[in-house]
Amino acid sequence: MKNGEFLTLGIESSCDETSVAIVAQGRRVLSNIISSQIEIHTAYGGVVPEIASRHHLNNINTVIDQALAEAEVKLDDIDLIGVTKGPGLIGALLVGMAAAKSLSFAKDIPIVGVHHLKGHIAANYIAAPELEPPFTAVVVSGGNTDIIDVKDYNDMDLLGVTRDDAAGEAMDKVARVLDLGYPGGPKIDVLAKQGNPHAVEFKRVFLEKGSYDFSFSGLKTGVLNYVNGLRQQGKEINSADIAASFQLAVVEVIVAKAVGAAREYGRRKLALAGGVAANSLLRKMMEEACIDAGIEFYRPEPVLCTDNAAMIACAAYYRYKDGYVDDLSLDAYPVLDF
Amino acid sequence: MLIKINNEDDTRRYGHFLAAELNAGDIVCLVGDLGTGKTTLAKSIAEGLGVQEMIVSPTFNIVKEYHSGRLPLYHFDVYRISDPEELFEIGADDYFFGGGVCIIEWADIIADIIPAGSRLIEISRGDSPEERIYDIGFTE
Repeated sequence: MKNGEFLTLGIESSCDETSVAIVAQGRRVLSNIISSQIEIHTAYGGVVPEIASRHHLNNINTVIDQALAEAEVKLDDIDLIGVTKGPGLIGALLVGMAAAKSLSFAKDIPIVGVHHLKGHIAANYIAAPELEPPFTAVVVSGGNTDIIDVKDYNDMDLLGVTRDDAAGEAMDKVARVLDLGYPGGPKIDVLAKQGNPHAVEFKRVFLEKGSYDFSFSGLKTGVLNYVNGLRQQGKEINSADIAASFQLAVVEVIVAKAVGAAREYGRRKLALAGGVAANSLLRKMMEEACIDAGIEFYRPEPVLCTDNAAMIACAAYYRYKDGYVDDLSLDAYPVLDF
Repeated sequence: MLIKINNEDDTRRYGHFLAAELNAGDIVCLVGDLGTGKTTLAKSIAEGLGVQEMIVSPTFNIVKEYHSGRLPLYHFDVYRISDPEELFEIGADDYFFGGGVCIIEWADIIADIIPAGSRLIEISRGDSPEERIYDIGFTE
């Protein structure tokens, strides 16, 4: 406690980023340090897990110190530690988990493990202090394309998931075929602005009626087949048109299913999260669809959309408040049920 | 041996056929360009093993485990790996010799550490957009 406020220290290390945050009263971010590794990864055209894991280890103590310093608090002021327990890269997760458990043990601070996806949803509580459940959450990232019915802070149902590739993964792979570089999502977003989104009508996959699941593998293959076809015929490839058409096909399906879920479950609020929530077309079309449907639209600022520890601290706070607490037997899980 | 796959139904049939043949400790290497259907074939093999869970692309997590089938299934995608040694950090040994079936997408990237005699399926595109050619053999 400091100045009468409950302080949570959050740790996130499930993929690229080593991040540590201090959050007061569950929602007010005092610090949110993200040690971005994008520069290191660019040389390899993707996230390199082993490098990520080694860097987490090199970074973690510095990032913890920075987070405390920037928040102007001491370890003794911390009331709760929240840490991502999965899913993610096991070597990366374990670094954050070991740090969290060490602090918990050394300072006798309660510890709560957080599901990474639930952390992304919680990012919206930080961005919008007035937001309360229930609402529909849509998490779109390199590893997820999920629709969640958030009934309460710790009571939520996973309505739909991707059956093959995540939206961000499909974007990365299409970007690679178009030689756009890494990270693919932002490159597609920028290039698409110069292209005609109706140049190629790639097939939208909605799956069976009433399903909130996604499938982007077929769309990815459709784009690859189209590009390969042009290459074989020696025709010019208009990358901007392809990026725009592909992006529209991805976004249309996500928006239709998300708003459909909010309607079916009678939710008046819809919250976007995950790295791809930074995509400008997704943001714009989701917002327009929500306005049309009379639904309030929430989206955190980009820093809270990427993997960060503030969202983990927030989710941990609300778990703790509802009586959930872990002990030092807490472990990291590369695969973890929602 | 070369097999012509005309469409996704053929992929499923082949996946089921292969699954019936697999034993604990088997490794199945899938090699082929983006979009040739490696994950689709992996899903079919999983289905043939009786895995109940949804099989999704493991690109992001490198490996996903499934325990609901006839044998444990460890589904790898090493697309994002740059050095085979990195796989040992995530416990590749435990998976390779873990009493289950390993399916490894993009196995060519880690060819150096794949045990000899593992099943190898090299997938290439055929004449039509749906057609694929499976070149089936064993690793050396």
